[in-house]
Amino acid sequence: MKPGTAGRNCSRGLRSMALLQIHEPGETPAPHEGDRNLAVGIDLGTTNSVVAVSTDGKPKVLRDEEGEALVPSVVAYAPDGSPVVGGLAKRLIAMKPDSVVSSIKRLMGRGIEDVKQVAGQLPFDVEPAFDAGGMVRIRVAGRTLTPVEISSHILTALKKRAEETLDRGVTRAVITVPAYFDDAARTATKDAARLAGLEVLRLVNEPTAAALAYGLDKQAEGVYAVYDLGGGTFDISVLRLEKGVFQVLATGGDAALGGDDFDHAIAEHFLRDWDGAALGSGHVKQAVAAARQVKEALSTDLEGTWGFQMGDVKKAYHIDRATFEGLIESLVRRTLDICQSVMEDADVGPKDIQGVVLVGGSTRVPLVRRSIGKIFECEPLADIDPDEVVAVGAALQAEALTVGSNTLLLDVTPLSLGIETMGGLTEKIIPRNTPIPVAKAQEFTTYQDGQSAMAVHVVQGEREMVTQNRSLARFTLRGIPPMTAGAARIRVSYAVDADGLLTVSAREETTGTEQSIEVKPSYGLSEEEMSTMLYDSMKHAKDDMTARLLAEARVEAGRLANAVRAALAVDGDLIDDGERKDIDGLLDALDKAVAGEDRDAISASADALEEGTRAFAEKRMDRGIRAALRGADVNSLERAARTGD
Amino acid sequence: MDHASAKTEGRIGKDASIRPCWSCHGPLGAADALCPSCHAVQPLGQADHYERLGLARGFGVELKVLEAAYFKAQRSLHPDRFATKTSKEKALSQQQATSLNDAYETLKDPLKRAVYLAGLSGINVLKEGCNALTDPVILMEAMEMREALAEAETPDDVIVITKRAHDEIGDCEAELATAFENRDMDAVGTLITRLKYLRKLADETRYRRAELQSGS
Repeated sequence: MKPGTAGRNCSRGLRSMALLQIHEPGETPAPHEGDRNLAVGIDLGTTNSVVAVSTDGKPKVLRDEEGEALVPSVVAYAPDGSPVVGGLAKRLIAMKPDSVVSSIKRLMGRGIEDVKQVAGQLPFDVEPAFDAGGMVRIRVAGRTLTPVEISSHILTALKKRAEETLDRGVTRAVITVPAYFDDAARTATKDAARLAGLEVLRLVNEPTAAALAYGLDKQAEGVYAVYDLGGGTFDISVLRLEKGVFQVLATGGDAALGGDDFDHAIAEHFLRDWDGAALGSGHVKQAVAAARQVKEALSTDLEGTWGFQMGDVKKAYHIDRATFEGLIESLVRRTLDICQSVMEDADVGPKDIQGVVLVGGSTRVPLVRRSIGKIFECEPLADIDPDEVVAVGAALQAEALTVGSNTLLLDVTPLSLGIETMGGLTEKIIPRNTPIPVAKAQEFTTYQDGQSAMAVHVVQGEREMVTQNRSLARFTLRGIPPMTAGAARIRVSYAVDADGLLTVSAREETTGTEQSIEVKPSYGLSEEEMSTMLYDSMKHAKDDMTARLLAEARVEAGRLANAVRAALAVDGDLIDDGERKDIDGLLDALDKAVAGEDRDAISASADALEEGTRAFAEKRMDRGIRAALRGADVNSLERAARTGD
Repeated sequence: MDHASAKTEGRIGKDASIRPCWSCHGPLGAADALCPSCHAVQPLGQADHYERLGLARGFGVELKVLEAAYFKAQRSLHPDRFATKTSKEKALSQQQATSLNDAYETLKDPLKRAVYLAGLSGINVLKEGCNALTDPVILMEAMEMREALAEAETPDDVIVITKRAHDEIGDCEAELATAFENRDMDAVGTLITRLKYLRKLADETRYRRAELQSGS
């Protein structure tokens, strides 16, 4: 047996082989690995995105030359397809609406059916030919793109801003997502990061990140609510903060409700007097852009007049705050109902809540603030800029994950996870608000003699009927050994990791047949699609892959060297000076290899160290067993041996 | 009964078994989540929820004590502590953190705790047939409260029923504690059944109230 080698097998092995064949002959990949201890925090927002970094517990939002932290999440495409991200792209909306995409986050992990439901409201030109399932495609500047690619262009711009500001390579990030994002949207976010050449250390829920920023800054303790009304999503989380532990008690929200909807409500007010048939998606985009100005102005002013021109026709609109609030009142009401229900899930009342942290630009709207104050019976907290607080929290968590920290984030599943049973009903397997990571297993049996396959449909949501919930994945278990009905026992396991992502595995228990399940994500991208996109954005991906493999070899070597040094510190007396000298020599050799750039040399030195410490390891086990024997009851040991434990 | 005897043997084996750490190959006990020499995270050993959190087995679990033990364990085992480690360490920490969450969720909730503890004593209260309301007194109580809920016309009517359900839940939990203390497993089974329907009823009152509120 050669212990330790298995751990070095890289799970990305197959894909990296394919990628490594791609680079041009004669070209040496120059790894720009970046600092292993550096990771940035990214708030990838519907309307704006922010990147921040934290060093020595001091978070810093990265700004442009003008001191602006917000990067509008808007991408314009030049005729050659090259993307322009941010303020410049935003200014192009009015001039070239067909070449500009905004609010793409609303389509992450969504199918064409989802989009049709809100089609009139969204300024997207959806690719109608793509109706074979999977994630929606949109048309922009004569091209067809997925939301994942467009998001990756935003992430690339944020990565570039961080690299220029910090003057270092940036390859790792903590990215925030709405707590209420489902599995498909989370996966899409991770895929977008991969395309942008960023390793995601963790997906953190936006309200949790805000609580982290707020709690660490203000030394807050007790129960807090975080009300996060972003451009396209609404989240409400109730957390308990205690001695560095941030424990989410309950979370809820609406993944399709945000400040954008305020804009649309105002835009509809504008468009009511125009001939609907003459309106194109460009006109709608212009109306929405004007509506946003109205919202922002009426958040401080009491009234105003706005001119709105389409073609040759020009009209003026006078809007006061009461009219504005009338237009958005039912939307705000929806957020309050969700707040009420989440407080009940958390088993707390308004009196238990110490404060409400405001997140998202839309919380600047006076009606929103007044309503929050009323329902939680306290004055909302906005000490940290609501537009920046999430990125600050993400940066703090990025530092905690790389450098280490005493704080602990304990998050939950936002939506119940279930499967389809007879009659189209949903059977819940993991209820909402369960702490993650979590795993549950379920046993199924066959209902026909000789049945050899079984279809499983995994859904997310709270409703009784499967069709009212969100389809996550469908898969078929094959190769069930022929048995009489009800004899087979198939155990299906569902695991949700700390990023909130689901994996499914299954085995037939009576024969022990392990089934590898190919889960076809209902609204995701397949591995092939991802590979093609990675190929298309290959220039840096090739370098990244080489760098990543080298980095993994270094991490593994570091793990081994630490283990051997710890063992020497505890049991060094078991070996003589000669043996000690040999091991020290092997450790030195490994250190030297790790300092170099040759992955094979690192692996060879690690193997040599494993080999050279085997005799020492055996002596340590002998000592441990002797110590245990002295302490243990001999009878119980014999019994243990008989039961094979 | 098969289940129970397997558990007992597992415990005896565990006390004395020493296994090698996968990382430094030194000796460690079956219940060690972290290697005492090199601090590498280990695969799940055999331990029940109480052992995993270092708590005494019993129905009486103080929330403060449980939470302190859970937070302490998660501080060293949560995947956030292993974000830059090898993929093997990431996977192992996910397993450890998952079982800690399972232990915490089970022991925090009196109903889940009672079912679990009864299971450790060899009684499977989840088995078919054990959930029927056979006690006529309990059956009457259930029917009466359900009727009251169906007849409730205002949210305030429902709040009265919710309060009654919560009071009964409190009583039921206290009786469960006594039954476990006296090792009266028949009573434990009956009380678990009663607690289940009371909890279900309390949930239903919440939906009914929401319904009446949105309707008004």
